[in-house]
Amino acid sequence: VSLWGNSGRMEMTASKFMDIQRVIQPDWFQCISDGDTISGEAGRKRAKKAVDRSLSFLDVCLQLLEKSPELQGSVMFGAIEGGDILEERLRSARETAKRPVGGFLLDGFQGFAMAKEIKLKLIASVTAELPEDKPRIIHGVGKPDEVLECIERGVDIFESFFPFQVTERGCALVFSYDCHPDPEAAVLKQSGAQDLEKNGAEENQDEISKADREMTPFEIFLKDKRYQDDFGPLLEGCTCYCCQRHTRAYVHHLLVTNELLAGVLLMMHNFQHYFSFFSAIRDALREDKLDQLKKLVFRQALQGPANAKPGQ
Amino acid sequence: MAAALPLVTSTSGGTQRRPEARITWGSGKMAAPTAAGPGPAPLLRIVAECGRSRARAGELRLPHGPVPCPVFMPVGTRGTTKGITAAQLAALGCRICLGNTYHLGTRPGPELVQRAGGLHGFMDWPHNLLTDSGGFQMVSLVELSEVTEEGVRFRSPYGGEEILLSPERSIEIQNALGADIVMQLDDVVSSTTTGPRVEEAMHRSVRWLDRCIAANRRPQQQNLFAIVQGGLDPALRTQCLEEMTRRDVPGFAIGGLSGGEEKGGFWRTVKLSTERLPRHKPRYLMGVGYATDLVVCVALGCDMFDCVFPTRTARFGSALVPWGSLQLKNKKFAKDFRPIDENCDCPTCRRHSRAYLHALMRSETVALHHLTVHNIAYQLNLMGSIRESILAQRFPEFVREFLSTMYGARERVPPWVLEALAAVGITLE
Repeated sequence: VSLWGNSGRMEMTASKFMDIQRVIQPDWFQCISDGDTISGEAGRKRAKKAVDRSLSFLDVCLQLLEKSPELQGSVMFGAIEGGDILEERLRSARETAKRPVGGFLLDGFQGFAMAKEIKLKLIASVTAELPEDKPRIIHGVGKPDEVLECIERGVDIFESFFPFQVTERGCALVFSYDCHPDPEAAVLKQSGAQDLEKNGAEENQDEISKADREMTPFEIFLKDKRYQDDFGPLLEGCTCYCCQRHTRAYVHHLLVTNELLAGVLLMMHNFQHYFSFFSAIRDALREDKLDQLKKLVFRQALQGPANAKPGQ
Repeated sequence: MAAALPLVTSTSGGTQRRPEARITWGSGKMAAPTAAGPGPAPLLRIVAECGRSRARAGELRLPHGPVPCPVFMPVGTRGTTKGITAAQLAALGCRICLGNTYHLGTRPGPELVQRAGGLHGFMDWPHNLLTDSGGFQMVSLVELSEVTEEGVRFRSPYGGEEILLSPERSIEIQNALGADIVMQLDDVVSSTTTGPRVEEAMHRSVRWLDRCIAANRRPQQQNLFAIVQGGLDPALRTQCLEEMTRRDVPGFAIGGLSGGEEKGGFWRTVKLSTERLPRHKPRYLMGVGYATDLVVCVALGCDMFDCVFPTRTARFGSALVPWGSLQLKNKKFAKDFRPIDENCDCPTCRRHSRAYLHALMRSETVALHHLTVHNIAYQLNLMGSIRESILAQRFPEFVREFLSTMYGARERVPPWVLEALAAVGITLE
């Protein structure tokens, strides 16, 4: 497989790959695979090749894994490939599941190339073929509504840049994930929801056009003038460092003056909020309330800013 | 007179409470107290003095808690020290830092900061703050400004409108920001300027000092410091010192230096100034921050320092160490697994190696935050060591050790350093 790094192209083979793993000694890692199947561009033949190559990589790595004492404590995940060809996806899933892997990577679903309906259908079809007792990870899915869709379809672990991207565009996550509103807390959370509604309200066109077009309905854009003298926390009730000690007005000021601290504070908040979201998901699953959580999150997904792209 | 700031903290640590957004000091139309009224309690408590040089160790008794001195004050221009949180800064031992009136006065503006509970509330900083007057920007942004007796006229780089920064306006902004120490607006000229402009600026600074004293609505909570000018000319400096020391201000700054002037003139001017400044009031040498300069100027009798150097140089990948600095971007650190300084116990040195920081620097700005933390720790630790040595009556020895670590052989110590130290009784033998 070819990789492109700081010093140009390099050839990555199964054995080089395992050499690196032996040095890093990770708790778990994804097996090297061929995921070069960009949706819409890669046809059936390319998808089949990706599946075949990935399986052969997997088998070689499994052998090398067995012979590596350094990696006895490390778990290897198998990658499920196949582009957007259903048969290839199913084949990849069934074959990978036959191997003694510790979990599964649903590869090739990141990015925007694949249409949403196809993506969700493939994910559901793939996980149906996988053993119940092994975790499934997906990359590049970060928005709360999309996360929930994948969870419904059997995904367990998520990796994405979403909280970081929110921070980079000067925004803070404020969406609600609380399915058990207690009356007092409900009033507080209301303010978070109200802020999201305000995002869509008629506003000085200037300010909206300054917000990143990638901005989702789950965030507020703190550089917006309306926060200039808002002395409340980013999100009422949040226990992160930023919300405990600072105000929207302060973060607004830091963003306007291009201070490094803006990103530091926003990242702390966005991580805490996003991690708490996942905690809420786990609670909801335990209490069989996933539907309620889904409704809550999807409702907020619809209150977009005026220029949100539909079906995103 | 005005009520105390709503945010009053104990010295035992920061407060988590947010201050009320209203400052309860009336309509602002009450008459300003005269300069002849009783001033606040003495700011400086001297605990020890060096037997040979002019170094002294003590404590500044400020509204937001005591500050041991000699002290180095990190600069947080717009209400933040470049990426470091207030909690991190406090954890490093910082008890006073700087905010800049020019920048904060334009964005977000004094009214907003006042509503946020002053700069303390806005930044959530429970310790002390010092604001400068905005005058230094005259020198650094000189193409934007025009100086008249009225004040300094800027063309704002943000909106293009004209702003007049007068002594009254500077103090008004600083009163709203609420710092524990505020600086007079002075007519600053570059230390490399010569000729009649220097004298004009010196006299004007004296007149502006009087206007600032009259304009300060909160002398009990906010200590107004005078700034001595006069360039490198001993006669002008002396004149300025005589004039300004006649005013009853809680402290004095030595201004107009650290702008690239040659070192001989620099140290002699500092020494001349400390000679004529009252012993029992703090002396703040503005803009001085290199380690060697700090040590020498403490020997010459200065108590307080500020400089952007340590935080700025961190953002260029340079880590300060007792023997100079490490340019961590350099390839030679790629496999160096030691911390920046084995004897430093800052969070960066406790957890990370040079190799890690070197690698991180290529792709992540967070590496620079680690360096900023370390460099601030370095400066604060240096001042701490200086202070301890004065208290232990071994400051001259400390100076010798410091120079030996920094320069190695005697021949490598810059001559001006030796001259300056010798002038106050410290030699290398």
